[in-house]
Amino acid sequence: MQVLIISIVLGTVYAVLALGFSLIWGAARIINLAYTSFYMLAAYFFYVFCSLIHLDIFVSAALAIVVASFIGVATYKFVLEPIRSHETVVILISIASAFFFEECILSIFGSDFRRVPPFISGYQEILGVRVLNQHFLALGVSIALILGLWLFLSRSRIGIAIRATSQDREIVNVMGINEKKVSLIAMCIGIGFVTISSIVVSPIYVVEPMMWVHPLIMVLAIVVLGGLGSLKGSFIAAYLLAFAEVAVVNWLPMGAFIKSAIALLVMVIVLSKKPEGMFGAFFEEERL
Amino acid sequence: MKIRYYLWRLYKLFEQEILVIPGRTIGSIGIIFLLSLAFINISPYLKNLLIFCSIFAILAASWDLLFFVGQLNLGHGAFFGASAYTSAILSSKVGLPVSLTIPMGAIAGVIIGVIVAIPALRLRGPYLAIVTLAVPVILEGIVFLFPQFTGGELGLFGLTGISDSPIFLYLFCFVIMLISIAIMWKLTDTKSRILRTGIIFCAIREDEISARTTGINTVKYKILAFALSGFFAGISGGLYAHTMKVVGPTTLEFIFSIYPLIWTVFGGPGTIYGPVIGAYLLYFLSTELLVIVPEIRMALFTAIIIVMILFMPEGISRWVRDKIEIICPRCKFINVATRKTCRVCDANLHRERTKK
Repeated sequence: MQVLIISIVLGTVYAVLALGFSLIWGAARIINLAYTSFYMLAAYFFYVFCSLIHLDIFVSAALAIVVASFIGVATYKFVLEPIRSHETVVILISIASAFFFEECILSIFGSDFRRVPPFISGYQEILGVRVLNQHFLALGVSIALILGLWLFLSRSRIGIAIRATSQDREIVNVMGINEKKVSLIAMCIGIGFVTISSIVVSPIYVVEPMMWVHPLIMVLAIVVLGGLGSLKGSFIAAYLLAFAEVAVVNWLPMGAFIKSAIALLVMVIVLSKKPEGMFGAFFEEERL
Repeated sequence: MKIRYYLWRLYKLFEQEILVIPGRTIGSIGIIFLLSLAFINISPYLKNLLIFCSIFAILAASWDLLFFVGQLNLGHGAFFGASAYTSAILSSKVGLPVSLTIPMGAIAGVIIGVIVAIPALRLRGPYLAIVTLAVPVILEGIVFLFPQFTGGELGLFGLTGISDSPIFLYLFCFVIMLISIAIMWKLTDTKSRILRTGIIFCAIREDEISARTTGINTVKYKILAFALSGFFAGISGGLYAHTMKVVGPTTLEFIFSIYPLIWTVFGGPGTIYGPVIGAYLLYFLSTELLVIVPEIRMALFTAIIIVMILFMPEGISRWVRDKIEIICPRCKFINVATRKTCRVCDANLHRERTKK
């Protein structure tokens, strides 16, 4: 029962992260491996504003989100966009920037584990399982984000432009949509998603410089398992992999060591049966 | 008499094939310089550093071999770590000599390569990159599951070294590196008359469907590419295990999959010699930075890489080559960039510039 509840919460958080990632991949066509390093950055900014400067908790959360998102978008604008056509170089540069952020944090704060205060303390008992209130908050915020994204993508003009860009960049240009601007907006939303979920989740876990690696691997696995660019696929795959991870940690001995391994094994098995992911269309060669 | 004639022929060959092309001249000077370093009394620290440079050059070049076929591998640490562990287990638990464990490690690399190739055959682009990313993580899980064989988190230590003499160790690693690079270079040589793999790999990279329609068994050649890449990464892993004398789960970490990528993209992807240059320069730089500015070395290192790659996205070796060499537009022979006319056919080399 505990496994179920925790995996629902974790799955929703992963779903938010994966949705942001596939939004970026869809609109900007880059694999941004620096993506979850903003997860770490936001948590650290939150820690600085809240625990060191002693600002109000909501003010510091908002500040952390804004600052980390700004860094993320600036990274895209000045580092990733000039070299977007070289696919390998983008992967390399983004991972190098991720290491750069990690090392900056490491040299400033050291590798100690740190805690940030939760927004709401206490716990509720559901069916004999203690669930932290922060878990509920994470769940609620994540669901709100997902619903908001869905409304945005299906109703607003920019949302429709983003979806069109992810389908065909050239036709979008022909139709008079500023494709660069759309990519930038998608990037803003994606980075915003990752920073907000980081602020909500970080009180549950510890804050440390290496905290971006595991979410990155999980997000990549989820996005690929669901099919790149398919938002529905990422959503379902997030719950699947979160359940696999939580179940392994709780039920198997030595589970914490092999949690990523099992999740990735699930992904490899599904992908070797269905190479385009669960819901992804097998994408044709991009026009040159 | 005859010997003198052959020596003269050799000298002429050297003069015509190497001295006229600045890239080849620089390459041979570099090789001779690094070989001579073995006999000069340099500090053991520097010698050790250069040994690791050689080992990692093989790793980077084997990554580039796979990239030459168009397969973006983000899990190269799997080949490296699997062979390092195989060598270490065979050496410490079974007690085989070093001359057997390194080839066995290379075979383990081949096996992992073929296993990775099976899902990789159907995947393309980002899917492939992320599935390969998963492989070292899965292997790391296996390592933690069997701590009695693999030493768990601490790893295996106290392995037998290759040799006690540092000169021999240096030469051994360097010569193995040269042989591996030469083989890989020949395998990816698109102009080769003897081996067809180079041109076939190139065809698969450019357009897999077209390659298949021209009758190339792409499945066979892709598996071959993965096996070859695994083999050379395996040699590198085996050498690493016996030089470092410690094999832990760090060899399977994400960073070991990313380093070959960094070295290759820095040095110039798709050239085989580019990654070697990248590995030597960057490994040297990153360890030297550790000595000079230990606190911020990784931050500085990554910043340098980012700036350099934004400046020359084709890699440093190609950037330098374009500066010092020029290809004759008529006969496609390589010339020194300072020449006005081609050394073979006398065509005007700088046609665009003279037009203005």
